[in-house]
Amino acid sequence: MDLFPLYNSLRIALISTVLIFFIGIFAAYYIAKAPRIVKGVLDVILTLPLVLPPTVVGYLLLRVLGPKRLLGAWVLSVFGLKLTMTWWSAIFATMVVIFPLMYRTARGAFESFDETLAYSAQSLGLSNTYIFWRIRMPYCKQGIMAGTVLAFARALGEYGATSMIAGYTPGRTATISTTVYQLWRTNDDALAFRWVLVNLSISFVVLLAVNFLEKRKSRPSGKGGA
Amino acid sequence: MSVSVDIEKKLGTFHLKAAFETGNDTLALLGASGCGKSMTLKCIAGIEKPDKGRIILDGVTLFDSEKNINLPPQERHVGLMFQNYALFPNMTVLQNIRAGAKREKDRPKRQAAIQRVISDFGLEELSSRYPHQLSGGQQQRVALARILVSDPKILLLDEPFSALDSHLRFRLEQSVRDVIRAFGRTVILVSHDRDEVYRMADRIAVMDHGQIEVCGDKKAVFDAPRTKTGAVLTGCKNISAIRRLGESRIHAVDWGMELSVQGGFENAVFAGIRMHCLRPGEGENSVLCRVVEEIENPFSYTIMLRPVGSEETVPVGWETDKATWESMRQETLPICLPEESLIPLE
Repeated sequence: MDLFPLYNSLRIALISTVLIFFIGIFAAYYIAKAPRIVKGVLDVILTLPLVLPPTVVGYLLLRVLGPKRLLGAWVLSVFGLKLTMTWWSAIFATMVVIFPLMYRTARGAFESFDETLAYSAQSLGLSNTYIFWRIRMPYCKQGIMAGTVLAFARALGEYGATSMIAGYTPGRTATISTTVYQLWRTNDDALAFRWVLVNLSISFVVLLAVNFLEKRKSRPSGKGGA
Repeated sequence: MSVSVDIEKKLGTFHLKAAFETGNDTLALLGASGCGKSMTLKCIAGIEKPDKGRIILDGVTLFDSEKNINLPPQERHVGLMFQNYALFPNMTVLQNIRAGAKREKDRPKRQAAIQRVISDFGLEELSSRYPHQLSGGQQQRVALARILVSDPKILLLDEPFSALDSHLRFRLEQSVRDVIRAFGRTVILVSHDRDEVYRMADRIAVMDHGQIEVCGDKKAVFDAPRTKTGAVLTGCKNISAIRRLGESRIHAVDWGMELSVQGGFENAVFAGIRMHCLRPGEGENSVLCRVVEEIENPFSYTIMLRPVGSEETVPVGWETDKATWESMRQETLPICLPEESLIPLE
């Protein structure tokens, strides 16, 4: 069994999650503070990928990144790089699809933050950077962690947009999900089943990790709460 | 050491307009919730931005709308304690205090300051605990220690005792009074509790609907609250609209009584009398009253009285100790509203 799809899926999911971790958090932080109308409009646009069919996302991405389209043509002429049909093309698709998960959970977490903590930190002379990383983020850790894991799990399962923008080339762009589809289509039921098992066990481990993290987190605060 | 505040801020229909000065003493802002007292503190701390005005602390301009000055909270050296104490939940007591000392860049000095507040506030035993493992009183101590270690020029306390059980308050008031005395600089305290304010502050400013109505020495404010809100907030429970009948005679419309008064009623629209100032018996300003209701308090009675023959008037409350009332309990009795106890109000 060629393990390339596993390796490819993991690297795509990891890179997308790391990038979206920062992008989602900063988007959530600044949008939570934006005026109401701006917030409402941005919220709809940024959440759209969550409800759109993956094929629509893939189509829109191809419209932008395709070699004959605006951005794709520009990058091709300036850097000589094709943005589609490479293994990292899937990162674009995955990022767009998982962004709303990270953004929404992080925003929910930020909105539950007790602003008086930030205010008193400011009057104690603490910098806004310190407040963000040492007070706001730890306070919202649980929500942000949940969002990150959710985004990672979704990234591993991404199929529709990825298959459109990165295609299926064994040993180059194949991921677990595209491999399962390809094997099923070519009647290689036994191998398809083995990849299904691989996928199931990864998901299982991820969810187990979530539970473990949450238990470890709740222990210190469970002691002597009153 | 002094602070001078003169600010205006509009928030929807609410209009804050606060102007006061205070030196090295404790000023209390007394007002009902939503009157703008917490907003005033936030403006001084730089968390809220006034629309107009000026805030000057020890000669340093913190805010001036005309000169376009608005120092960030970090540079104001204002110690603000919130009513929930706002301890950082992810840090231990020691880490919280260290966070408060970050402004001091000199390491040995910082360490010394941290050690000093920890021993001043008796926090040695608690230093490795998290805020949620502390009682309300302990949290307050840590919050004060964390503010004082940051060496503020002024201390702002927003409802410092409202998060505590009532039986703890009295004892903690005492320790906060000690802290204020040792601090020795300007303190502004916000509260809606008149007893607390009277015990803690030197001067009182009564606030209502974003305006400071009365401001002065606490004794003067309690003796002559001047406005209806001032009277209500300083605990005067009997208040009636009045009509002036002559030089020294008024008709208290709500009570249904005609009373003679001393000076000061020239511009008055209301009259007030504290419940413990009424006296049973004949004499001047004595009105024959019927007992409408007898309310038993832990250590006293409040007797609600209405002039005999009237049904619609607002009853006047008389607070008396238990023994007195139990020895004289009657259905109708003459009650005296002494002239010197009637407070003219605008």
